[in-house]
Order: sequence, then C-alpha cells, then structure tokens
Amino acid sequence: MEVFGLLEIEDLHVSIGGRMVLKGINLKIDRGENHALFGPNGCGKTTLLNTIAGVPRYVVESGRILFKGKDITHLPMDERARMGIGIAFQSPPAIRGLKLKDLIKLCNPEAKPEKVLMEMNFLEFADREVNRGFSGGEIKRSEMAQLLAQRPELVMLDEPDSGVDLENIKLIGRAINKLTEKDTKPSKRTRSGIIITHFGHILDYISVDKAHVMMEGTIVCTGSPREILEQIKTRGYEGCVRCLCPT
Amino acid sequence: MSDIAERAKKALGKKATYGPDVDLEKYDVEAKPHEEIQRLEEVPEDVRKAALNVGVSLEKEVGGAYIQMDQTPVVARSSTEGIEVLDIATALKKYDGLKDYWWKLVPVDQDKYTADVALHPPAGYFLRAKSGAKTIFPLKSCLYLGQTNLNQRVHNIIIAEEGSELHVITGCTTPSHVQKGLHIGVSEFFIKKGAHVSFTMIHSWGREVDVRPRTGIYMEEGATLSNNYICLTPAKTLQTYPKAILDGPGAVASFNTVLYAKEGHLDTGSEIVLRAPRCSADSITRAVSVGGEIITRGKMVGEVPDVKAHLECVGLILSEKGRIDSIPELDGRCGGLDMSHEAAVGKISELELEYLMARGLTKDQATGVIVRGFLDVEIKGLPESLRDELRKITQLQELHGGS
Ligand SMILES: Nc1ncnc2c1ncn2[C@@H]1O[C@H](COP(=O)(O)OP(=O)(O)OP(=O)(O)O)[C@@H](O)[C@H]1O
Ligand SMILES: [Mg+2]
Repeated sequence: MEVFGLLEIEDLHVSIGGRMVLKGINLKIDRGENHALFGPNGCGKTTLLNTIAGVPRYVVESGRILFKGKDITHLPMDERARMGIGIAFQSPPAIRGLKLKDLIKLCNPEAKPEKVLMEMNFLEFADREVNRGFSGGEIKRSEMAQLLAQRPELVMLDEPDSGVDLENIKLIGRAINKLTEKDTKPSKRTRSGIIITHFGHILDYISVDKAHVMMEGTIVCTGSPREILEQIKTRGYEGCVRCLCPT
Repeated sequence: MSDIAERAKKALGKKATYGPDVDLEKYDVEAKPHEEIQRLEEVPEDVRKAALNVGVSLEKEVGGAYIQMDQTPVVARSSTEGIEVLDIATALKKYDGLKDYWWKLVPVDQDKYTADVALHPPAGYFLRAKSGAKTIFPLKSCLYLGQTNLNQRVHNIIIAEEGSELHVITGCTTPSHVQKGLHIGVSEFFIKKGAHVSFTMIHSWGREVDVRPRTGIYMEEGATLSNNYICLTPAKTLQTYPKAILDGPGAVASFNTVLYAKEGHLDTGSEIVLRAPRCSADSITRAVSVGGEIITRGKMVGEVPDVKAHLECVGLILSEKGRIDSIPELDGRCGGLDMSHEAAVGKISELELEYLMARGLTKDQATGVIVRGFLDVEIKGLPESLRDELRKITQLQELHGGS
C-alpha cells in the first residue's frame, strides 16, 4: 500500500495575470478514486486543473503539488503528461493541418486511432483537422478519444458533458468509467479521476466517490456527490455550503 | 536585328522593380554541354537524387518528362497521347518561331534578366496539351543547375489548348556541392478556353544561388489554373512576381505559396488581373521564417464588376531573427466586385503548443507538428498523386522550430 495519494495538493495559491485565483487549495486523490468538482462560474475550477497539468500561464505562488509522491509543482507540462497526467480541456484550440487520427497517434504511438474513435462514435472525424469547425459536443468527444489513447493515471476532465447530447453523454460516461477503471475490481484499480461538471446528469452514468464544492478559489465543502448535488440544486451553492459544511 | 533582340539590348542595364540587384558579370556564361539521354533509367544518379528532393520522382509513372542539365536539354519526351513535350529550340523550329507565344506575356525588356535570357540561345521546355487532351500522370520536369557559378537561362512555353487538362510538376535544383550560381527562368502560360492546368513548382537551391523567375499567364474563358510554388530551402536571393491575366469570363486562378526560410532573402508574390465577369482568384501564402527574410507581395486588380478575389498571407517567425513582410494590395477599379485580404504575422500560438504538450509532446516536437500542419495548405485542383508527392516534400524537410 502506498503512503501517498496519487495526487496531493497542499495549500496551493495560484495567480493568473497577477490576480490570485486559487487561495489555499488542499486536495488528496487516492488511487482508484474518482472525484467531482462543483462550483459557480469563475470560482477557479479550470484554474485548478490547468495548474495540475502545468499550463505555464497559471503561476503557483505558494503551496505544492505531489504526483505519485513526487513534487511536480515546477515540472514542465510535457513531463507531467509523460508521468501519467492527462487532461480534457474545457475549450481546446484547433490545430491547422493536423488530423485527429494523427494527433491520437502522437498521444500514444501504440494506440489504434480507429479503435478509440470508434469507442467515441467518432470515426468519421479521423481525417478532420483537430477541433477545426467541431461543434461543442464534438470537441468533447475528440478530447475523450485522445485520453482513451493516452491512458493517463490521473484523468482530469473539464466539463466533459457540456454541450453533449443525451445519447453521446452515455458514451462519454462509459469512457470515463473505463479511464478511471470503474469497470474493474476496486482492489485492482490504480487510476484516478477528477471531473468538473455543472449538471449532475453525467453522474447518472459514471461512478464518483467524492465531491468538492469550490467557491472563490477555495474548497469549501467535501462530501457525497449525490448529497452535494441535491443541495446545490435546491439551495444554490451558498445554501449548500451553509447546510452541509457550516463554519 | 530582330525586334525582340533590339528591345532586349536596350534593357540590359535595367534593374528589376523588386529584389536586390544581381551583377550578371559575376557569373559564367559558358555551360559545359551534356549528352542527350535515351532512357529515363540512364539519368545520372546525382540528378535523379536532386530531382527526388524537389518532388520529381522519375521512378513512378510519368506522363512525360523534361530534364535540363545546365543549358542542355537531356530528356524531352511525352508518353501521353495528345501531349507534346519538346525542348524549346526544337519547338521554335517546328512551330515557326512560336510567333503567337514567344515573349508575348513576359515583356522582353522588363528588366536585365529577361533581356539576358532573350539575347542568348534558348533552353527550356515546350509543353502543349492538344485540344481535349488530358494528362493522366503528371508531366515531370527538372531544371538542374550542376555547374558552379553558371548563369542558367531558361525559357519555357506552356500551352493548354481548348478543353485540355495539363498537370505539370517542375523541380528546380542544385546538387548539394553546387552552392553558387544564377537561375533566370522565363515561363509563359497560355490556358485556353475551358482548359485546366495545375502547375507545381518546387525550388531547392544552394545557399549562394540567385534566382529570378519571370512568369506570365494568360487565361481564356472558363480556364482554370492551380499554381503552386514551394520553396523550403534557402537561396541567397530569390525574387519572383508572376503576372496572371484572367481575360475570359469565368476563369478561375488559385495560387498557393509555401515558403520556409532558414536564411537568405525570398521576395515572392503575384499579380492577378481579373478582366472579365465571373472571374475569380485566390492567393494563399504560408511563410515560415527561422532566420531568413521573406517578403510576400500579393496584388489583385479587379477591372470589371462581378469578379471575386481573395488574398491571404499567414506568416510565422520562429526565431529571434527573421523577417516576414507581407504586402497585400487590392486594386478595385469599378463597382460591383468583391475583393478581400487577410494577413497575419506572428509566432506559434502558445495555446496550441500547450495543447500538444499536455499530450506528452516536447516543445520541439509540438513546434514541428504545428509548423508542418501550418505549411500543409490544402491545394485545390491537384490530382491525388501530386498531392501525395507534395505532402512528402513538406515532410522531407526537417522543420525544426526554435532558434
Ligand atoms: N488570463 C487571465 N487573466 C486574468 N484573469 C483570468 C485569466 N484567466 C482566467 N481568469 C479569471 O480567473 C477566474 C477563474 O477562472 P476559471 O476558468 O478557473 O473558472 P471556472 O471555475 O473554471 O469557471 P467556469 O465554470 O465558467 O468554467 C475567473 O474569474 C477568470 O475570469
Ligand atoms: Mg472552467
């Protein structure tokens, strides 16, 4: 048994463009766990995921990030990716002249692009340029296909369900379960996930172990996903926090 | 003395509008002659290799071939019914001096380079698709400058008769050991009613080679042209500014230019004149500088209503040094036309780099992928085989970013 969680974040402060956005985040994700992250627009959810991924625009002012027990706070993002961190971006850029199937190959030379694209019901996009002219929902499927090829140990999903229609949400749910090994025995699971969502709908299809509510750059509440989602739905974010995690 | 020679004489000292002035005296005019080659398999290995580097593979099916070593045409033959491939001296004899074509589009007194070509024995190719004839496999030609410090002069005539279809790929190159030289190439294109031409020119020169192509294109009603120019290796100075006149209703021209400059000076561009209704033209340039200087000029002239023209130039400067100067010009000379341009010069998008790095690519790998994609312009009007060869060319070159 490892002493470390797969991911551990200690008192993380992060600024963007000189503005402090994350103000003391503490988070631990053990192997085999899948966490959900809720919170109002602009509270810092994307900032947290992108900081873990190592996007240079997000400046760590203090605190640290440990992955597999190693301090990765100042590691370049490609090294983090090669260590096993993967991310599906909220709004990724288009890349001219690069076919989706070729990008999938770049994610993992051993992957079979046709296979992962088929899993996402996305085969007809194999020869399209990455994200160019993709609709909102198509972008999400493109991101999932890339992650299925990359097979990271820590899967970070930034609103994988936004803009996705009811049928494809099942496909995305299935892919998330696969990526977080919810289809294998709990004792055999080594991969983990963290997923940002505004609508609980995706939770009907995936299994999530813990949920966090983020407000203004801090995690204000942690608990059972169903319970938290219910509270947010009926009382709003503020009400949820006051009710479940009174100070 | 002929009128042509007389006008040329007067222009011998005339500097070109664009590009650094080249001292013609510095170059040798005496070219060592080469033997004619009977079979494509007998093309010398170094020529074959150099040709391959500019996308002219002589192994695969070719509809015809023209190979010129220095000033000698060593291969000129067609294997396609209705398609003529001759060396220009033979064509001039056969067709009574090519009176309707010879120096009809490029003014002989345009500058000292055209004058210099006119005043010396001509070498070059004559390509003609007879009315209704079609090339299935592209014609391949290679202009090979193998003699150090030579002034290589070329004059080509390309004629697509009514309703014909002509696909040509021309590679101009020096072998790796020849660094110094001058290449002046005059090309005149006549694309007649309803004919379709794709012309792809790939340049690969030595570091100390000066290059001055001079091109004129004339298009009749319903004619279409896909003109592609690719230069991925440095030349000392290169200046080219083809002029196309769309003279018949519904003529369509599309120019694609791909430039990659490690060093040296590339001054490219084109002028397209839309002279008849329903004509349309677009010109797309992708330029990457990793230290070299690139000037891309584009000019569209709309002379009548109901024409469409679009200019686009996107440039990436990947090193601290390097320059891309994009000069788009739109000259609309009446109402009822539609002309536009789009230009951007900058660096690789951080977002795109980060996106690929999040998938595990190093910064260098990510840069390479983005640059390759950037240069992979989608070229309309090319047969599939040519498209593949073109793609190979852009893959061949090591396109490393960074300084
Ligand atoms: N480049 C930047 N410069 C300044 N502020 C920024 C920059 N990028 C993001 N921010 C700000 O940081 C805050 C957190 O943004 P973030 O994208 O993390 O929010 P989020 O919780 O993911 O919101 P959403 O639910 O809308 O996706 C926002 O107020 C945003 O405006
Ligand atoms: Mg967000």
